Amino acid sequence: MRFSVATIAAAAMLGLASQAAAETVAPGDVKFEDGTVTVSVSGAAGDPANGAEVFKSRKLGNCLACHTNSAMNNELFHGDVGPVLDGVADRWSAEELRAIVVNSKAVFGDETVMPGFYSLEVGKFVSEDLVGKTILSAQEVEDVVAYLGTLKE
Amino acid sequence: MRKFIFMAGTAVALALAGAAVAEPVDEKLVIDGEIEIVTKAKAPEGHPFDEVLSGWLFRTAETRALEADSFINPAMLTVEDGERVWNTVEGTEGKSCASCHGNAAESMKDIGAHYPKWDAATNRPVNIELQINKCREERMGAEAYAFDKGGQRPLTTYIKYQALGTPVSIDLSQGEMQKWWDTGKDLYYTRTGQLNLSCASCHEVNAGKYIRADHLSQGQVNGFPLYRLKNQGIVSLHNRFRGCIRDTRAEMPKAFSDELMALEVYVTWRGTGLSVETPAVRH
Ligand code: HEC
Ligand code: HEC
Repeated sequence: MRFSVATIAAAAMLGLASQAAAETVAPGDVKFEDGTVTVSVSGAAGDPANGAEVFKSRKLGNCLACHTNSAMNNELFHGDVGPVLDGVADRWSAEELRAIVVNSKAVFGDETVMPGFYSLEVGKFVSEDLVGKTILSAQEVEDVVAYLGTLKE
Repeated sequence: MRKFIFMAGTAVALALAGAAVAEPVDEKLVIDGEIEIVTKAKAPEGHPFDEVLSGWLFRTAETRALEADSFINPAMLTVEDGERVWNTVEGTEGKSCASCHGNAAESMKDIGAHYPKWDAATNRPVNIELQINKCREERMGAEAYAFDKGGQRPLTTYIKYQALGTPVSIDLSQGEMQKWWDTGKDLYYTRTGQLNLSCASCHEVNAGKYIRADHLSQGQVNGFPLYRLKNQGIVSLHNRFRGCIRDTRAEMPKAFSDELMALEVYVTWRGTGLSVETPAVRH
């Protein structure tokens, strides 16, 4: 089944991105080249508005647990385990940001404490209900990456 | 009790304002103006830090104040419960703890600062909870307490409270304590769960930083069992360990399992020199 670019974009805009699932890259098949992932892991474009929700949701990205983001100053409690994300799109390209969110270890090395959000390289004794599952779905990763792209100074 | 609930609310509200300060406070803890608590100590040899720091230093002024005054420390009620259990006869032998050990203020003084200990009979380390269970089964003819049930938390709190102020030190030369320490150390650095974090990820690499609203401490155990404002109740050490492991989205080992006993041996050693603070108050 193939979708035209226009269909995909329309689906993404309507929040029906999951219908593009046929193009999804499985977590184990994501290709990293020099700290970049060039292809959308969901096969669709990201939606920055939903990305912002994923970013702040404690159940999804919970990115604020570790990162301060001035664009979300109305949210309580920003952590400082990782760098401040203000202007992050000036420092990293979209392809690099995708690589960081998919599997930060592929970019920063094994020692980083940032979880890989679309990776099955996880810790030991993973909760039974989460075995084989990634923290975020492919489309949620694309949405977060699209949102990060808006963080310019 | 009203007062405690009110204060818990205040502490939460003030945590909002405190979120910008990342350093542990430079303050002394003297309980009731009398008992000096060591909250900073030179780390033992081979420790990753130069200085070991009590979790008290990482809490808000309101939470710290609750621990400094035993009149307002909500966990003192648990200490009183523990005293009652200490004196209660149970089991087929018609004995209480007091029947064998008399006055806890004397017989249990400082004892809690030196657990876990090696237990030759079971060939593994025991903590206070397991020692209580041994006494119940072997001497009182009573059933062992299930984890966090019955008198386990009050009695453990009461016994550790008799060591309030005494610096923690455990004897790794007993039996196979060193082997359990080694296992515990491995576990401390093992990344677990979908989030792929180890104890060290939070309490070593990021101690002093904020993870969302939480000011990360060194994860020391010297205050346990302790009062958690969030739970409005007393929390045992193995409950805390299990909570931290669950937060990495991993399966939790059982309380008193080999894994958690090894971790208790190792993490207790990491706090060598800090005073027992039981019952501490945390958020
Ligand atoms: C448990 C902590 C943690 C969480 C949760 C976390 N990160 Fe990170 N992040 C880090 C750390 C630490 C670094 C710095 C890399 C390093 O040195 O290991 C980092 C680096 C980054 C960078 C590069 C920043 C720069 O300026 O160089 C980006 C972008 C980023 N994270 C995005 C995210 C997003 C998006 C999420 C949520 C979907 C997230 N992070 C969740 C800890 C975290
Ligand atoms: C995802 C982060 C994270 C991980 C991983 C983690 N903890 Fe914690 N831990 C916390 C937070 C947050 C607190 C509450 C604030 C504090 O005291 O640091 C805490 C508190 C504690 C406390 C209570 C300290 C006190 O003074 O009351 C102990 C003990 C502890 N952790 C031990 C561990 C051990 C052992 C492990 C590994 C099995 C571990 N933690 C893994 C985040 C974590």
